[in-house]
Amino acid sequence: MSEYVLEMLDIVKEFPGVRALKGVEFKLRPGTVHALMGENGAGKSTLMKCLIGIYHRTAGKVIFKDKEVNFNSVIDGMKAGISMIHQELSPVPMRTVANNVWLGREPRKGMIIDKKKMREDTIALFKSLSVDLDPDELMGNLTVAQQQMVEIAKAVSYHSDIVIMDEPTSSLTETEVGHLFRIIRQLRDEGVGVIYISHKMDEIFQICDEITVYRDGTYVGHDLAKDTNVDELISKMVGREVNEMFPKVDCPIGDVILQVENLKSGKQVKNVSFDLRKGEILGFAGLVGAGRTETVETIFGIRRKDSGKITLRGKEVTIKSPEDAIADKIGLLTEDRRGNGIVGIRSVADNTVLAHLKAYGFPLNHRKIKQDTDEFVKKLNVKTPSNDQLIMNLSGGNQQKVLVARWLLTNPDILIVDEPTRGIDVGAKAEIHTLITKLAGEGKAIILISSELPEVMGMSDRIVVMHEGEVTGVVTRNSEQWSSEHIMGLCHGEKE
Amino acid sequence: MKKSFDWKKFISQNSIWLVLIVMCVAMTILSPSFLTKANITNVLMTESIIGILAVGVMWCILSKGIDLMPGAMVALTSVVSASMVQELTYSGRMFPNLPDMPIFIPIIISMLVGCLFGALNGWLIAYTKIPAFIATLGTQLIARACAQLYTNAYPVPTLKANFKFLGQGYLGFIPVVVLIFVIFVVISGFMLTQTRFGANVYAIGGNDQAARVAGINVEKNLIKVYVWSGFCAAVGGVLLAARSGAGNSSMGLNYELDAIAAATVGGTSHTGGVCRISGVIAGILILGVLKNGMLLLGISAYLQQVFKGAIIILAVVFDMRKNAKKN
Repeated sequence: MSEYVLEMLDIVKEFPGVRALKGVEFKLRPGTVHALMGENGAGKSTLMKCLIGIYHRTAGKVIFKDKEVNFNSVIDGMKAGISMIHQELSPVPMRTVANNVWLGREPRKGMIIDKKKMREDTIALFKSLSVDLDPDELMGNLTVAQQQMVEIAKAVSYHSDIVIMDEPTSSLTETEVGHLFRIIRQLRDEGVGVIYISHKMDEIFQICDEITVYRDGTYVGHDLAKDTNVDELISKMVGREVNEMFPKVDCPIGDVILQVENLKSGKQVKNVSFDLRKGEILGFAGLVGAGRTETVETIFGIRRKDSGKITLRGKEVTIKSPEDAIADKIGLLTEDRRGNGIVGIRSVADNTVLAHLKAYGFPLNHRKIKQDTDEFVKKLNVKTPSNDQLIMNLSGGNQQKVLVARWLLTNPDILIVDEPTRGIDVGAKAEIHTLITKLAGEGKAIILISSELPEVMGMSDRIVVMHEGEVTGVVTRNSEQWSSEHIMGLCHGEKE
Repeated sequence: MKKSFDWKKFISQNSIWLVLIVMCVAMTILSPSFLTKANITNVLMTESIIGILAVGVMWCILSKGIDLMPGAMVALTSVVSASMVQELTYSGRMFPNLPDMPIFIPIIISMLVGCLFGALNGWLIAYTKIPAFIATLGTQLIARACAQLYTNAYPVPTLKANFKFLGQGYLGFIPVVVLIFVIFVVISGFMLTQTRFGANVYAIGGNDQAARVAGINVEKNLIKVYVWSGFCAAVGGVLLAARSGAGNSSMGLNYELDAIAAATVGGTSHTGGVCRISGVIAGILILGVLKNGMLLLGISAYLQQVFKGAIIILAVVFDMRKNAKKN
């Protein structure tokens, strides 16, 4: 037996146009809790998905219990002894707890499910973990924390050698976290290797034995938790200097055009205030789930505003729908390109003019539509065989350019771009960066949300940092606080 | 800019018309009475009413919904319109004291009834977010029950000649119903391709979230879609009453399914966002020719249903495979 239960060596994962993992390694000892750390997009989740069989690795070796393995599906992985508890649980809410634990492998007597055995097995399983849950309760009636316990019990019932937990505490209260940690320690003491993915520093140091850090799809380093500290970890995660690929040009910054005060919406946006000036690129930094997307969605009228004041060009406005926002000359390039950006089965032309249809009269002036599409396709260098091509057949980067064209066509004064370069190739990325800078130069006000710190820092004049629905700081370019370490600290909730 | 005509694309987009032509040729060879003026006119007149329903219902399917109400709406507006256009000399009039009135009044009232029910459908679907299937299943039951309550399930016969002209008459050699169908096709096609409403509904069907972010009022447009479908169904009901010379609460049974089938065979995708008016017309004619052809060939009515069912399934399978290949 080697000293590791799992070795992942030189793992490469390529997506069309993107190299998400560039030959990384990961080694897990049995009976330890091992943290995976890195910024959003560093490759942690991709690595885990390659392990459990959601993705197929492009190259590299996975050695699990001294044997090279290659799982084709999650079921394969689970049967072999690797379970993952995802950040977003997917229980079957209308079935009982016992049904959920044994889903798809219910104990049987001949053809018939042996309900009695299933129930007894569940009780025994819960007892071994000191989980106090009723196996007959409906899954949907459980709290998130309890559902998570059921997931963990399920993993244990597979006799897993490895349990992967992706941000398990993101929706737990402090007591529930304590309970979770107790079970994690129990698993560890029984010899299970636990992989723990989290952004929460204090938890990492509380529960983890070892820490491996990734950055931009590469392996940065591995430490024992007792040999390192928060500052060292942050600097490892951020690592690089903000490189010069960002075409930041200083341009004159004008008057305040948008002022947001004490904005609240649901649980995600708790108290957000900031202002935005003409010609300015205002970055929004924060971890996934910090409430940045929700904030701009509230401003844009997609989400209901609970309270707060939005002042546009010196006048208070009520924006109840995207329709209102567009009339107020605001544009929003959303984060979820496929979800609420493109209309996949419509053409490039249809997608380009979608937000600007009012301008083409009755009946629609198809010649003008064609003209405008041609102009913007050319201007933004969209690579498409024709403007009648369905947009879903274009690459991610070109789809994104069409969406940018959609908003430019409406000639907004304020353009909000949410993760504008996520999942697109390097070339298109640079083009979009140049374009954003150019727009700011033309006097438009830009809000740039990005989870890539180098992008936000490379592009922005000021950065609003959010953490759990609140602004933890605003950092101005060329000020003393303008450092990735400081901003990363704010992202993790250290207040100024 | 010189563009050579893309035959391959044209044929692939209009393959359904090829199917129709092949069917017609085959029928001409198999049955001497198929390609006669009387028979063709008969097919067109029969299918026109279903066709009017289909150019309404296709909008609902385009918007990723469905409308199950049209058949019942046909029944309701057939009795509503008929009740006001009975011959004054007829002794069994539903409203014996109703004064004589121009026929456009009952027609407009019927259309309003259709729009009202359509608006109810649209409102339910857009604002309460219940599935279109459920909402329109409910209003279907309600609409048919209204027709039965209104007439106590008795037929409403002996209609005025100028009203019956709408369903039975000819302008030149063209039946009036067919003419009205053509007008509805033109209006529907125009809305689909030449107006903002059409562009909006395509976007809503393709991706309603994206449509919303692009500033389209999804709810308002959905209501319009179902109002249009209700309106089409109402006109269908009026014409059916005119054609058969009576209104009856049992009329139009399963008409909505024929209309949905026609739109589906015509390439309207139930996953939303895909619809071509030319395809829908071909779909209506294919089902019509099929029905007529099997009748002429003396195939049993039950077996006819088997063929019809198979054709609908095949059309969708074929369409999905074509689209799958594209991706």
